[in-house]
Amino acid sequence: MSLMEILMIVVPSTLLWAAPLVFTALGGIFSERSGVVNIGLEGLMVIGAFSAIVFNLTFVNTFGSLTPWLALLVAMVAAAIFSILHAVASITFRADHTVSGVAINLLATGITLFLVKLIYDKGETGIISKGFSKIDIPILKDIPIIGKIFFQNTYWTSFLAIVVAIFAWYIVFKTPFGLRLRSVGEHPMAADTMGINVTKMRYLGVIISGALGGLGGAVYAQSITSNFSHSTISGQGFMAMAAMIFGKWHPLGAMGAAIFFGFAQSISIIGSSLPFLKEIPNVYLLIAPYVLTILALTGFIGRADAPKASGTHYIKGSR
Amino acid sequence: MNIPMSNRFKSIITPIIAVLLGILVGTIIMLISGYNPIAAYSALWNGAFGEIYYFGEVIRQVTPYILAGLAVAFAFRVGLFNIGVEGQFLIGWLAAVWVGVAFDLPRIIHLPLAILASIVAGALWAFIPGLLKARFRVHEVIVTIMMNYVALHVSNYIIKNIITDNKDKTDLVKNSATLRSEWLQSLTDYSRLHWGIIIAIIGCILMWFLLERTTKGFELRAVGFNQHAAHYAGMSVNKNIILSMVIAGGFAGLAGAMEGLGTFGYDTVKGGFTGVGFDGIAVALLGGNTSLGVFFSAILFGALKVGALNMPLEAGVPNELVDIIIALIVFFVASSYMIRVLLDRLSKKGVK
Repeated sequence: MSLMEILMIVVPSTLLWAAPLVFTALGGIFSERSGVVNIGLEGLMVIGAFSAIVFNLTFVNTFGSLTPWLALLVAMVAAAIFSILHAVASITFRADHTVSGVAINLLATGITLFLVKLIYDKGETGIISKGFSKIDIPILKDIPIIGKIFFQNTYWTSFLAIVVAIFAWYIVFKTPFGLRLRSVGEHPMAADTMGINVTKMRYLGVIISGALGGLGGAVYAQSITSNFSHSTISGQGFMAMAAMIFGKWHPLGAMGAAIFFGFAQSISIIGSSLPFLKEIPNVYLLIAPYVLTILALTGFIGRADAPKASGTHYIKGSR
Repeated sequence: MNIPMSNRFKSIITPIIAVLLGILVGTIIMLISGYNPIAAYSALWNGAFGEIYYFGEVIRQVTPYILAGLAVAFAFRVGLFNIGVEGQFLIGWLAAVWVGVAFDLPRIIHLPLAILASIVAGALWAFIPGLLKARFRVHEVIVTIMMNYVALHVSNYIIKNIITDNKDKTDLVKNSATLRSEWLQSLTDYSRLHWGIIIAIIGCILMWFLLERTTKGFELRAVGFNQHAAHYAGMSVNKNIILSMVIAGGFAGLAGAMEGLGTFGYDTVKGGFTGVGFDGIAVALLGGNTSLGVFFSAILFGALKVGALNMPLEAGVPNELVDIIIALIVFFVASSYMIRVLLDRLSKKGVK
């Protein structure tokens, strides 16, 4: 097997696995940059995956090949609404952000599996007939070498993820909205003094994270698993959180980390068919994202620091 | 109400209100989805206490819940959030079964050794986040979450490649290392009840004694209340942080031994988490992070989980409803600030 052939398998597969992580990690950034820790990303992905699959199964005859894309929108709305629970608890009710996030995760799995049994009368949904499938990107696919590696046998969602990441970077670092979002997460009192509505910004941060988390879950379900069951989302949300931290709460950093974690995940699955990776036991690839994140936090790979006010409550008038 | 509510009263009434709210919302969900809540709750009750077999299963489920709850609660009292109970639990389970399978020893040595192995394994697993927190100020929540996944994959690997020869399940632990008891099983119509419940209760007493009756416990709590004050008083904050994680991990590992040596008697390759560690968070929160509170809330959650299995059979309601109720209880306990504000308003109105 030549290097070219290996790359033609590994690159699209890496991007496929990375896309859901990129979306969800970006969601985490919006929430944490506003100062709300979001452990509930996993649950938001579950909600996204569930609503996308249900929408897809129900309306596939009406919308045809447009269905998976509409399902993404539905999933974003559903998860954004669901994330309001986390916002209300951790901002208005002053709940511990981590505890509220844990509740979100438990609630998401509970509600979705309950609904699956209610709607389909069994433990998992059927398989969707129209998911995201492999495509060749027109024009770009004809570029020599690069076209073959990056733009053939690939998925639209992978490129959407990269575009959204760049867009998120622009929003967070180049717009007044982004500046406000970050200021609320670094020093809410100073932001409040300057007339920024801390509560509103934090609500927005959490709701955007809900929408992006739902998008991540929907992409995962429609491109990788093709149905919804209790094991559809198993740890993707936490891995996205790891990507966010490893990327130092920066959209492009998180994207890079997510792509790397996507690589580790895809290698752990397709690695056995590649010549030089056969020898490495799977377990190293499986734990790589988590171990690397711990090392990054410890400061061995450049120190990662959370936004200053992340995880704290802002109570007007207190010092 | 003429007398303003005391804080002690409020700290007891708040979790009860949270549970009631959880059940209330659960009822509303059932009504909306067209189920009969009365049938569902009576099925739940029958499934937990209706027959002696179910009762035995409830106690069996309560056993790891108590220990997982203690593992969260103990760290919480020292100001740490141990979200890594699941991982410590898996590693403890693995270690107990490993010792239980690999050695041939008299019961009096083998069983304690297997239990000890689970405690040490869980403690070591929790030592890492404790050390990183103390030495590098890395937030323990993130590290313990990451360690959960490492634990899952590493234990799967060890089961598949080291303990067994490419199998998904280990052998049963030797009779000399088991916590199972024919007598307890026959007493409860052959449920999986085992001796572990005694160990769990000892765990509760141990945590209470350690925290409330010893100097070290005073230090640990002092660090939990105010690190700076504790430091100023000459206590080593770092040592206490590590110690608390190690003890919490020991409890979690022990919870794993309950499953490995008691309920199942073996360890398997797992596709995902068992959920015991996360339920432990719910148990500890509802129990107000005290050992007595953990004991009672473990009974509540154990009964809910076991009783739920009867709901689809008797009332046709999916058992996931109970998971929703548990999640809601966590949610309401977390939001107890709001409940307290409401209680304050109520008691103030009474005074006027």
